[in-house]
Amino acid sequence: MSRRTRRRLGRVGFYLLMALIVLYAVFPFYWAIVSSFKPGSEMFRIDFFPPPNLANYYAVFAEQPFGRNILNSLIVASAVVVLSLALGLLAAFALGRIRFRGRSLLLFTILGVSMFPQVAVLSGMFELVRALGLYNRLPSLVLSYLIFTLPFTVWVLTTFIRALPKELEEAAIVDGAKPFTIVTRVFLPLLGPALITTGLLAFIAAWNEFLFALTFTLSGEQRTVPVAIALISGASAYELPWGNIMAASVVVTVPLIVLVLIFQRRIVSGLTAGAVKG
Amino acid sequence: MARIELAGVGKRFGSVETIRDVNLDLHDREFVVFVGPSGCGKSTLLRLVAGLEDVSAGEIRFDGEVVNELTPPERGIAMVFQSYALYPHMSVYENMMFGLKLAKTDRAAAERRVREAARILQLDRLLDRKPRELSGGQRQRVAIGRAITRDPRVFLFDEPLSNLDAALRVQMRIEIAKLHRRLDATMIYVTHDQVEAMTLADRIVVLDAGEVRQVGTPIELYQHPANRFVAGFIGSPKMNFLPATYPKGIAIPHEAVEVGVRPEHLRLGEPADASVEGRVLAVERLGAESWVYVDLGLDDPLVVKHAGMADLPPEGAVTVGLPAEACYLFDGQGRSLPRAAFG
Repeated sequence: MSRRTRRRLGRVGFYLLMALIVLYAVFPFYWAIVSSFKPGSEMFRIDFFPPPNLANYYAVFAEQPFGRNILNSLIVASAVVVLSLALGLLAAFALGRIRFRGRSLLLFTILGVSMFPQVAVLSGMFELVRALGLYNRLPSLVLSYLIFTLPFTVWVLTTFIRALPKELEEAAIVDGAKPFTIVTRVFLPLLGPALITTGLLAFIAAWNEFLFALTFTLSGEQRTVPVAIALISGASAYELPWGNIMAASVVVTVPLIVLVLIFQRRIVSGLTAGAVKG
Repeated sequence: MARIELAGVGKRFGSVETIRDVNLDLHDREFVVFVGPSGCGKSTLLRLVAGLEDVSAGEIRFDGEVVNELTPPERGIAMVFQSYALYPHMSVYENMMFGLKLAKTDRAAAERRVREAARILQLDRLLDRKPRELSGGQRQRVAIGRAITRDPRVFLFDEPLSNLDAALRVQMRIEIAKLHRRLDATMIYVTHDQVEAMTLADRIVVLDAGEVRQVGTPIELYQHPANRFVAGFIGSPKMNFLPATYPKGIAIPHEAVEVGVRPEHLRLGEPADASVEGRVLAVERLGAESWVYVDLGLDDPLVVKHAGMADLPPEGAVTVGLPAEACYLFDGQGRSLPRAAFG
């Protein structure tokens, strides 16, 4: 085999592999869209391009307070993002910039928190939620989601803050900036990409969370999207309304995809270029 | 405008003592350069004056007032960092304005000061640029501009030119000298480059291992080094040191001695008050002058600075003359012995 054919074969193999990976990643979502367009009777007939039929979408919003559920999810996820970024940033400044005894112990403890499986903290969390009078209310979810969003927010932001040049902070001190000003006026703008990345991850985690949402809410009005979808029921106990479920899944997945697409360019941009010689 | 006094200043990080008992008196509007090899504590000393580090011992006074407990802005200092440390997300204008805004300076006055600084440093046309759109020299000027707008009592420079290329460094050196004449601030400048120290300073403070080795004007340090360290550090190429003994019959107050003689004072090929014979190791021709390395059988070769092109074959034998009036004598502890002692 000549070098050229070998190279050509290699390229073909590369594209085949790429196609396979894309298919593996995208096909389930595509199938969900296709299924959401089919009325119940056609659900199990294989048809790759059915005519768009929005009946399932109407049904999802008509048969349960699904709009309300989406709003709940939005409120919870946004609150989680704002709180974990704010707390994470302040903690990261202290952990990344101030020397104190037990700093690495504290950092590893924070990381350790995220190692507990959710079920392990579920009952304790439930007692806490009850004690605070938050049962069946959205703040209970915000509170419990911070358990898994805060550790990685703190860790990622600490790493980023450590990477910022020390002289930048000192220049701000010489300019008369107090620590809070340094965090908000100097560090915050430079941490933009890191904040967007961690914020997005926190948002997705909060948006998808199921176990706490199922346990801490009772009424349909207080449910978030994943629970609402799981509890969509058919006319009888023997029927699962796949069309409705798929329609609901598509509705709640689209915002996430849009968010990632909007921010993907900001995530990769290097904002600190030009801070230090170069 | 400030007279700066350091009295018994020391700094330790844990068990490591980086600065030991430094006593200095810097006059108002003086340009003082801290110079020394890397790790000698010169930057730490500057940061102590700035207030970015707390002293472990001693007192720092500005115009007689103890400033140990004051923050950098309260001390009225401005600092130019080695890496410039410009705020990357702010324009040149905002960079220079930041400190004034935090100090709640009157808007119009602040604006005037920024424009004035920009004019002095020829940054007028760059005010809207971000630091990443500037060249190294321009960034350096913005960093200086940011310091000027604060109208400081004390100007601190931490190796400001070490990130610039050679040509730009010379140009900025001249600009900094001009700036010093123009502003009425006391300036402290840290560098490891003795050429910068010699050209800029009113007085030089030579530091080594956290201690002051000598304080004096550039010419004083060159002509009357207090010890072997200063003698070797000031001057390029560095001073030659040769082991020596006293002739019999002279009452000697010190045991081991070394003769120091600068490369530019050695005479190549012509005997002087004393002469040594050696073998040419290498010749570096720089155009206007040549550096000749002569092997005398000692650890280090003797360096001779010869005006013009030294046309010597390598490995050839050569005579080097040492004029007595250009020689220095150091005792076993490296202290400089006064000339009168053996004159």
